[in-house]
Parts: sequence; C-alpha cells; structure tokens
Amino acid sequence: MKNNYLEISQVGIEFPTEGEPFRALQNVNLTIAKGEFISLIGHSGCGKSTVLNIVAGLYEATEGGVILEGREVAEPGPDRAVVFQNHALLPWLTVYQNVELAVKCVFKASKTKAEIRDWIEHNLSLVHMDHALHKLPSELSGGMKQRVGIARCLAMQPKVLLMDEPFGALDALTRAHLQDSLMDIQQQLGNTVIMITHDVDEAVLLSDRIVMMTNGPAASIGEILCVDLPRPRDRVVLADDPNFNNYRQQVLRFLYEKHKNPATKKSQAA
Amino acid sequence: MRAIPVMSKIIQCAEMLTFTNLRLVFDKTIKKLVLPGFGILVFLLLWQLVANNIITSLGQFPGPNQVWEQSNTLIAEHQRERSKEASFYERQEQRNTKKLAKNPDAVVKIRAYTGKATFVDQIGTSLLTVAFGFMVATLVAVPLGIICGLSESVYRCVNPIIQTFKPVSPLAWLPLVTMVVSALYVSDDPFFEKAFLTSAFTVALCCLWPTVVNTIVGVASIDRDLINVSRVLQLSTAVHIRKIVIPSAIPMIFTGLRLSLATGWMVLIAAEMLAQNPGLGKFIWDEFQNGSSNSLGRIMAAVLVIGVIGFILDSLMLAVQKRVSWDKQAILR
Repeated sequence: MKNNYLEISQVGIEFPTEGEPFRALQNVNLTIAKGEFISLIGHSGCGKSTVLNIVAGLYEATEGGVILEGREVAEPGPDRAVVFQNHALLPWLTVYQNVELAVKCVFKASKTKAEIRDWIEHNLSLVHMDHALHKLPSELSGGMKQRVGIARCLAMQPKVLLMDEPFGALDALTRAHLQDSLMDIQQQLGNTVIMITHDVDEAVLLSDRIVMMTNGPAASIGEILCVDLPRPRDRVVLADDPNFNNYRQQVLRFLYEKHKNPATKKSQAA
Repeated sequence: MRAIPVMSKIIQCAEMLTFTNLRLVFDKTIKKLVLPGFGILVFLLLWQLVANNIITSLGQFPGPNQVWEQSNTLIAEHQRERSKEASFYERQEQRNTKKLAKNPDAVVKIRAYTGKATFVDQIGTSLLTVAFGFMVATLVAVPLGIICGLSESVYRCVNPIIQTFKPVSPLAWLPLVTMVVSALYVSDDPFFEKAFLTSAFTVALCCLWPTVVNTIVGVASIDRDLINVSRVLQLSTAVHIRKIVIPSAIPMIFTGLRLSLATGWMVLIAAEMLAQNPGLGKFIWDEFQNGSSNSLGRIMAAVLVIGVIGFILDSLMLAVQKRVSWDKQAILR
C-alpha cells in the first residue's frame, strides 16, 4: 500500500477581512494512505471544513499545498468528490438525473450510453435508492437525499471522497443506517475517505485514524488517533468493547479537557 | 322503541355526511364565484351612483349601462366594417373577372381595402405590438441579467446605467425612438410599419428593467453548495448556465417577466396616445377628440378592455411560470 497517496503539507490559510487578515489554519500536515478512512474532528469554527475545502480545491491555501497521487491540487475536480452537509442535489433534477449529471462529466468519453445508465443504477442501488430513480429531491426524506448525494459522489469514482458532516442534519436512527451503509460500501470499494464530524461515536466507529484539531484561530492538528478495531465493525457489539470505549475516551478527553471549546471556556471564567 | 334511536342516529349520520359534502362544495363556490361576483356588483353600484352625479361638457359620465351599450355598438361597427370589406373585395373580384373575360391580356388592379380601423382591429394591433416589444425586451434582458448576475465586475459596470434608465418615462423615450426608427429603418418594401416599430421599441425600452433587475438578483443568489457542485464537476460555463443558473433563477426571472409585461402594456397605451400610432391608445385619443355624447362611454369601454387584457396577459404568464417552475410546492399568485 502506498503510504503517501494524499499529502497535506504545511498548509495555512488567511482570509481577508476589513482589518487584519484572519488566519484560520497554520502548519497542517497530514499524510493519508490509499483506502484509508480519516475523520476530522474538532469544535465548531476550528477550520475542519476549511481543510476539506482546500483538499477539494474550493479554497486556495495561502501557504503549503496538497499533493494527490504525485500531483498538486490546483482547482476543484471530480477526482475529489464532495458530499455536502445539505446534500446539494439540484432540486429540478430527479434522483437519476442528479447522478447522471456527475457521471456524464466523468465518463462521457469512456462509457457508452447503456454503460452510463447501468453505472448510474448500480451506484444508486449501492445506497439502496434504486427504488426512487425518477423522484425529485423534494419528494424524498433527508436521509434519502443524503444517500443520493453519496451515490452521486461514488459514481464519479473519485480518488478521495470528501464528506463535510454528511450525517449532521439527520436524526440518530437514520444516521446509524447511513453509517452502516457507508462502512459496507467503503469495505467493498476501498475508497479513500476524509470525513468531517462532530460526533465522537461516529468518528471511532468509522475511521482508521481520527485527526483531532485544535481550536482556531490558526488551528492545526492536535493529535492523531489510530483506531485499531477489526472490520467489519458492528455498533451493537462495539458498544460493550473496552477498546472501543477507550478510543472514545481519548477523543473526548482531547475535545473536552485539553482543547475545550473556546466559547465554554469564556463562560466559565466569567 | 329501541330501534328508533338507532335509526335516527343513522339518518343523522347520513345527513351530516351529505351536509359536510355540500358544505365543502358550497365553500368552494363562495370563494371562487360568489365573493368575486359580490365585489364586482358593489363596484358596479358605486360606479352607477358616482356616474349619476358627474355631468361633463360631453354629457353625463357613463355608468355601466351606457358602457355596455357602447361596447355593443363597437362590436356592431366592427362587423359592419368587416362586411363592407368583404363586399369591397367581392366587387373588385367581379370587376376583374369581367375585365379578363373581355380581354385576357388586360392588367387588373388589386387594391387593398382602406377602411378605418375598428375598435377590435385596434385591440389586435396593440396586442401584436406589446408582444413584439416584450419579446425584444426579454431577449435582451434575460441574457444581460444572467451576465450581470454571474460576474460582480460586470454588474458594477452596468448597474449605474440600469439605475439611470430604469425610472425614465416612456413619453421621454418616444420622440427619440421615433426619430431613430425613421432614420435607420429605411426600406422600399417595409415588413413592419414604422409606427409599429416605434411603439414596440418604446415598450421594449421601458419593460426591459424589471426583468434585468430580477434576473440579476435570481442569478446572484444561487445556493453556494450548488455552485460548488458545479465547480467540483468542472462544468463548462455553458453547461453551468444551462443546468444550474437558469433553473435556479427561473422563479425570479418570471417575477421580472410578469412585471415587465404589465409595464409594457401600460407603456404601450401611453405611447400610442402620444404618437398617434395605431392601437388602443389612438382609439381613446380619437374618441376624446371626437367629443360626441357617446365618446366617454366608448373610452370607458376601452379602459375596461385594457384592464381585462392586462389581467389575461398576467394570467397567461402565471400559467407559463407554473409549467416551467420545478418547485411545484411554491405558491404562485
């Protein structure tokens, strides 16, 4: 396995403001292997999304850069598909058409019409949405929309799948379903994934490594935790597993003792 | 004795059932027919009352009754004019066949009928003019709005110009448009009449702006996530506009188009009146100049027709908007 499939090196970013420019990130270094599942966790406003957006190419880093398979990331592209928190499906297109738009961008030259159709249907069946091909997003529940958003990204066969709090807007049961689906799919396809989350259980359950970020401004990577639990993982079995709980505790300790939310720190001081 | 309460209960239920059904139907009729009808009735009564108390130099101000009479006269005049036209062509035809029968080499003349334009003709002219002007405006406004909405720099360049021309009255444009059309549209066999083009371009110049402004707002406020999706997919500008920008902005574009059409229709009447270009505006002005005791009634009939046509035009646009809108849940009115 190549160890430096994706390299984030010395990344820092400043945003222009009215006065002094705001420094959101500083010295972010991370190397990700192919097929690895990475979670980024940290308090709100610590710049997790900014890291993801830099990898996606949606933001340009002020210093440092991102190298994917030996090539520098300069602009957004379909090899780094993004699953947005609010699904970002085009509301005027059906489920099928939404995935089709992405598939046609990537495979227009290399697949025939029939292959494209099969590929769209295959990816929608991976997320169990093949029953609603011709529905509009407005006719679907939140969880279903997010499934379609994931299918759209999977169908692009990205080198890295970037997920920005993909399950943040869903209720707990739906979230658990989708987490299980995502684990299955990742096991099956071996995608490289970077996922942002707020949810400690989710991070431990899904990840190979958990990247914990310090608070902003000038946020950076605080600690990296390797989650060495055998796959496939079962949430019910793991609930009693001392290792699982140990990992959980380490993340919790980082978030609530070492790097308390700046907002709560202030209120305690006052 | 025990059966009777049960029976009466059943009957009661059945009655209630039909009663609620009737109630629903009744409510619907009230909302859709009775209330608007009531409103119109009250308006007609008030109108009659006010009209009775206004005496002008052209006689009494017309009430609903006189206007109804004049409307019928206007339609009758139209039919009379049409039959005159038909008989004119018939006579011409007979004359020519006779001439040709005598001498097959004779040169026959075919002249067009030149009767005066009736009220109904003027309605047709006005509708055609507004349609043409509105089409020209749309073809300019929607692309301009999309470009300004997509690029902040272009918007900053164009905005002062838009804001300056937006409040200009059609009457100010009219002399300029008239002179420009006369100077530039020179043709021996003109497809359009100059008067038609003058009115249409005046309409276009005035009804451009609501569509431009609303399209800019619609395009500039597209969901950031959707723009990011487009960037990740590396959509070309053309595909981006077709697949993301236009569908997103469609509701705002249509809001603009409806405002534009309403403005255009108002502007047209004023332009026709001032320029003496054929159309409903000219009809009103001619009647005013004519100054007979029937004139006010005929003008009032024209006013009502203008209003009803404006209403119909807006309903048509609403129907089109409902058809092309992807958000079927949105309440459009």
